[in-house]
Amino acid sequence: MNSNQPYQCNNVMPLSLTRRDVLKSVSAGFGWLALQGLAARVEAATGASSLAIRAPHFAARAKRVIFLSMQGGPSHMDTFDYKPQLEIDNGKAGDKGKLFASPFKFSQHGQSGQWISEVFANVAEHADDICLLRGMTTDIPNHPQAYIQMHTGSTQFVRPSLGAWTLYGLGSENENLPGFITIAPPIQFGSQNYGSAFLPAVYQGTRIGAQREEGGSASISDIRNPELPSELPRKQIDLVQSMNRDLLGSGSNADVEGVIQSFELGFKMQTELPRVLDSGKESPETLKSYGIGEGRTDNFGKQCLMARRLSEAGVRFIEVCSGGWDHHNGLSTRLAASAAAIDKPIAGLLADLKQRGLLKDTLVIWGGEFGRTPGNGKPDGRGHNAKGYTMWMAGGGVRGGMSFGATDEHGGKAVEDVMHIHDLHATVLALMGLDHEKLTYRFAGRNFRLTDVYGKVAKPIFA
Amino acid sequence: MKLLTHSIFLATTSLVSAAIAPEATISSGKQDPAGVEFFEKNIRPVLAQKCYGCHSAESGKQKGGLLLDTREGIRMGGDSGHAVVPGDAKESLLLDAIRYDDKETQMPPQKEGGKLPDAVIANFEQWIRMGAPDPREGTGAVKMTPIAKKDWDLKKAKEFWAFQEPKAVPAPEVKDKAWPRSDADKFILGALEAKGLKPVADADKSTLIRRVYFDLIGLPPRPDEVDAFLADASPTAFEKVVDRLLASLQFGERWGRHWLDVARYAESTGKERNFTFPSAWRYRDYVIAAFNADTPYDQFIKEQIAGDLLPYTNDDERNRQLIATGFLAMGPKGLNEKNKVQFTMDVVDEQIDVTSRAVLGITVACARCHDHKFDPIPQKEYYGLAGIFRSSETHFGTGGTNAKQNKNGTSLLALAVEPPPATEAPAATPAPVVAAPTPTAEERLKQFAASKPAIAAKLAAMTPEKRAQAVEKFLQKYGTSPESAPANGKAAFAANKKNNKGKGKNYTAPVAAIPGQELCMGVVEGRPTDTRVLIRGEIDQPTDMVPRGFVTVMTNGTTPSIAPTASGRKELADWLTTPTNPLIARVAVNRVWQHLFGQGIVPTADNFGATGEKPTNPALLDTLAVQFMKDGWSTKKLIRSLVLSHAYQLSTAHDSAANEIDPDNHLVWRASQRRLDAEAIRDAMLTSSGQLDAAPAKGSLVSTIGDGYIGKGIKPDVFSNYESNKRSVYLLVVRDFVPDMLEVFDFAEPSLVVASRDVTNVPSQALFMMNNEFVRAQSMAMAKRILATPLDYPARVSLAYQLALSRKPTDAERKRVDQYLLNEARALIPSKGGNKDEASALSWSTFCQALFACAEFRYIR
Repeated sequence: MNSNQPYQCNNVMPLSLTRRDVLKSVSAGFGWLALQGLAARVEAATGASSLAIRAPHFAARAKRVIFLSMQGGPSHMDTFDYKPQLEIDNGKAGDKGKLFASPFKFSQHGQSGQWISEVFANVAEHADDICLLRGMTTDIPNHPQAYIQMHTGSTQFVRPSLGAWTLYGLGSENENLPGFITIAPPIQFGSQNYGSAFLPAVYQGTRIGAQREEGGSASISDIRNPELPSELPRKQIDLVQSMNRDLLGSGSNADVEGVIQSFELGFKMQTELPRVLDSGKESPETLKSYGIGEGRTDNFGKQCLMARRLSEAGVRFIEVCSGGWDHHNGLSTRLAASAAAIDKPIAGLLADLKQRGLLKDTLVIWGGEFGRTPGNGKPDGRGHNAKGYTMWMAGGGVRGGMSFGATDEHGGKAVEDVMHIHDLHATVLALMGLDHEKLTYRFAGRNFRLTDVYGKVAKPIFA
Repeated sequence: MKLLTHSIFLATTSLVSAAIAPEATISSGKQDPAGVEFFEKNIRPVLAQKCYGCHSAESGKQKGGLLLDTREGIRMGGDSGHAVVPGDAKESLLLDAIRYDDKETQMPPQKEGGKLPDAVIANFEQWIRMGAPDPREGTGAVKMTPIAKKDWDLKKAKEFWAFQEPKAVPAPEVKDKAWPRSDADKFILGALEAKGLKPVADADKSTLIRRVYFDLIGLPPRPDEVDAFLADASPTAFEKVVDRLLASLQFGERWGRHWLDVARYAESTGKERNFTFPSAWRYRDYVIAAFNADTPYDQFIKEQIAGDLLPYTNDDERNRQLIATGFLAMGPKGLNEKNKVQFTMDVVDEQIDVTSRAVLGITVACARCHDHKFDPIPQKEYYGLAGIFRSSETHFGTGGTNAKQNKNGTSLLALAVEPPPATEAPAATPAPVVAAPTPTAEERLKQFAASKPAIAAKLAAMTPEKRAQAVEKFLQKYGTSPESAPANGKAAFAANKKNNKGKGKNYTAPVAAIPGQELCMGVVEGRPTDTRVLIRGEIDQPTDMVPRGFVTVMTNGTTPSIAPTASGRKELADWLTTPTNPLIARVAVNRVWQHLFGQGIVPTADNFGATGEKPTNPALLDTLAVQFMKDGWSTKKLIRSLVLSHAYQLSTAHDSAANEIDPDNHLVWRASQRRLDAEAIRDAMLTSSGQLDAAPAKGSLVSTIGDGYIGKGIKPDVFSNYESNKRSVYLLVVRDFVPDMLEVFDFAEPSLVVASRDVTNVPSQALFMMNNEFVRAQSMAMAKRILATPLDYPARVSLAYQLALSRKPTDAERKRVDQYLLNEARALIPSKGGNKDEASALSWSTFCQALFACAEFRYIR
């Protein structure tokens, strides 16, 4: 391909997924809400309410997660996985074609001396807070499957996403907001990435905006009804909820339960969400530190600030998405541009969290669905690589200034402290005080867990 | 020199030249020394200086599969055909290219200095006439990286269930002989009994009629229709309702929309440069009409793949079939792609993708870059299909190539308008289809004046001189592009007025339908050509040439052969729809099942391949598929038989034993509760409020806006700030600007082939139902409708329930509504200046809104 136009990978296979709505009535009524009128009945039946705070299995290091999700598969050897040998072997034959040295300069940062590429110069200032996971692997080098697996652990079946599992495990710290919010996700991969599958619908992520061709947008509309006197909406919703409760009947009905919860939460969100999303009182310095108001960083900066405000408000799991990391060609300019749009906002987020004392119990995760090949014969691009790539974590009880795991000399394959996506999930849960083998949900006669039968907690990265 | 790589849509290499290019003409033979001298002096230096950079072994480049540094290479030519045919200047594509005769292939390119001097071109011409004497030896075979081949064991691959021909199986014996009403019932009961389960009780009549109305026409029944059904005690009561619904025009609006999901129907290109498709709506109307006419499904598919090549008996039929090919033109387009070949191959890829997934439920497009990783589809066979689409011309519009920021636009196809004379004999073969001729400025002015008698009369009375001045004025006002001028004064002015808000700087005035010049999107035959496999799908990495063809593993029996003069689309249509094709009928039947039962027999309705799920009841699926074909591929017959089955009429009752064994209800021990889709929720609100404008939309807002770049010329709020009370199927589907109402309830992403939609259950839906302006407007309209009746208060409450939920309220419900309306709302809503009616309407509207918002309204039970 001669053109420097973004090449869109068309191997977008249909997912081998059933719709989440086929998972209908859940006989184990664990998810039966803590709603007025229902609470008593539910608590009598199960002794638990779905969004109430629940104690972790052991002491938690992190209370909440901000997941910076990089859709497309960012190249590790151009960002966080320094490969001097690739530079030396530039142009030589590799497994998948000619090796291609990174066009970007790496240098060491912080007291830890971590190697980070110039494209993340701002993030690099936080090198001592960052733990690079350089030995990541996943199963399928194909966007939809890998993106789904990053979120749910499974490429093939409908499973709850990581955010839904953490909310199920720990409950919500703010009953007026959804406990799981995803900002501008890539809509082409479906709602499954923030879905609750067989978990009750209350654990489903609430989407704000969507990732579009020209970048994400984030807003939520229809937040209030201007026509009604202020006390009336509550009465109106009570009427709706009483109709809904009739429909529940004697058996369980996950859909109707979901509707009931959505109204309850929606009602509370009407006042809470505008307050939380209003960044009007943020200082100009803060806005600037996120790159808000500067063309290319403005959008992602706003989303990062939104993430901070939501985490401050007690939202358990927040996902922020950046798209367009599928750099098959034109990598030297396009990857630089992708990074430039998020570098300052992420650095701003880390600094802001730290300054507010939130970083210590907020786990920030950065990464995409897979990495890229050391070269695939294209002059300025890289192919998909599921066998080795980098993600990173910061805050939330993770040891900063270290790297865990390593790929081979060219970055083609993880060879040391290999961390499969199941291991990452197990580790995230462990940081939140949850034992991935004990966090189960009974469905269709068996206990399901996020990590299926896999998962190894990466203890060396714990602070 | 970069040669002949860009000639995708051009005149073909003639077959004659292919025939006269055997080894003999390429061998050196005895060459005339004078001729060789001419070559050395006038030709070789030019080739070396201008062309070898991109087309020689030394440079390592062979763009377009073409080498010009050997005699063999220059005569064999590249992907487009022979560069040089000795003695035949006409057939030598190299001459076309260096003369800059055609826009697509102009060599040498600008960066090599552009067009050669006329004298040099004349030398090339002379040299070819001389017989192209050429002493250069060496192979002309393009050095190609061999295709990495995966070894497919075809026999083994064919063992996979989805690649075997569906076979009807006798229905199993069941214990409960009284339960089944159809063979489908026997298969279901057999499977249930095998697990020791039995179906739950039947749904009550009022639940059933609401269910079947939504399923068949996407609208709720009117209260009087419910009453009539409840009162009809005859055994055929339900059958009568079903037949009436199947015959209604609303049926096509419901089921056509299911297909539009699969066909990724949209009215703009999407992607980086989002240009409108002002003629897309014709395809929408075609699909709706096809479902209403119960066009046999195989014919329906054939029309969409090769409608331009099918026989027809009149203009209407020809038009319909031509519009059907809009299916292939409707995909998202990356208009900012600078490389024409890349653009073409991307369009081809999208066509392969939509065809294979929509018709076969399988993804072939994975094989663009490598052999398919999961299904037995070799890369070679992808390029066999690519050749078929590459040999066709895709007309999707977007303002032609004149539009700024869009160099990839095309013309549209002209529809015939005049009805044929009654005596005309049916045409045996289709007449060639041509792109619409560009009207002259004067013609356009005449069209413009057509609806303005005063202006028309003035024009007619003008002297030629005056008329010329008028034309000049017209051009000043409306621009020189034919797409930019309103064709019909009245329509254009009306549209202009209406859309003033959305007008921006680069706004182009609308194209209205003009008698004599109606346009559609679609596909016609292009230049038949085979295609080379592209390593990793990269256009500058061509390797083996692959004849146009089909996918072997999905072929049972023989494949149609493709004539050298045909693109192969007709044959592709035949291959897809042959009854021995293992997938087409299964996929179609499975989708119908899914829409009626909540999930497919193959739960992954989008994926019948190795990574999909297997059928939960294979014998049932196959038997239905075979019966579907036997019934003449009639979708209505299939739906009728399924809706009349006992299984469809079950209740959604819970059964803990069955739930333990089959919680997903794969075996259909009860009816699955389903959420209405976005369209049905909106249409049901409009029906309850009495505001539904049931007449089909004429055209689309996009057709009145015309060609343009959304975000640059056309302001996007044109699409979000418009009001319509038409059925939702007629709402705009502009990529990236799907109406909120549809998006919040999981409308199918219009850039993707979607066989089953997501269903989410989130607070933003609650917020929408509580606060959205449209919902509030419908609630108020429904309140006023009810308050306008002479009924007393209790009857009004009943009516509200009947309108919204197709049933009367229970006593308990009445009490609660009384509490709300008579106490709570009355206390909280003040009557402004003593206007009791207004306060009453507002409180009733909040009650009606509560009915819209409740779970019962949006779930089919």
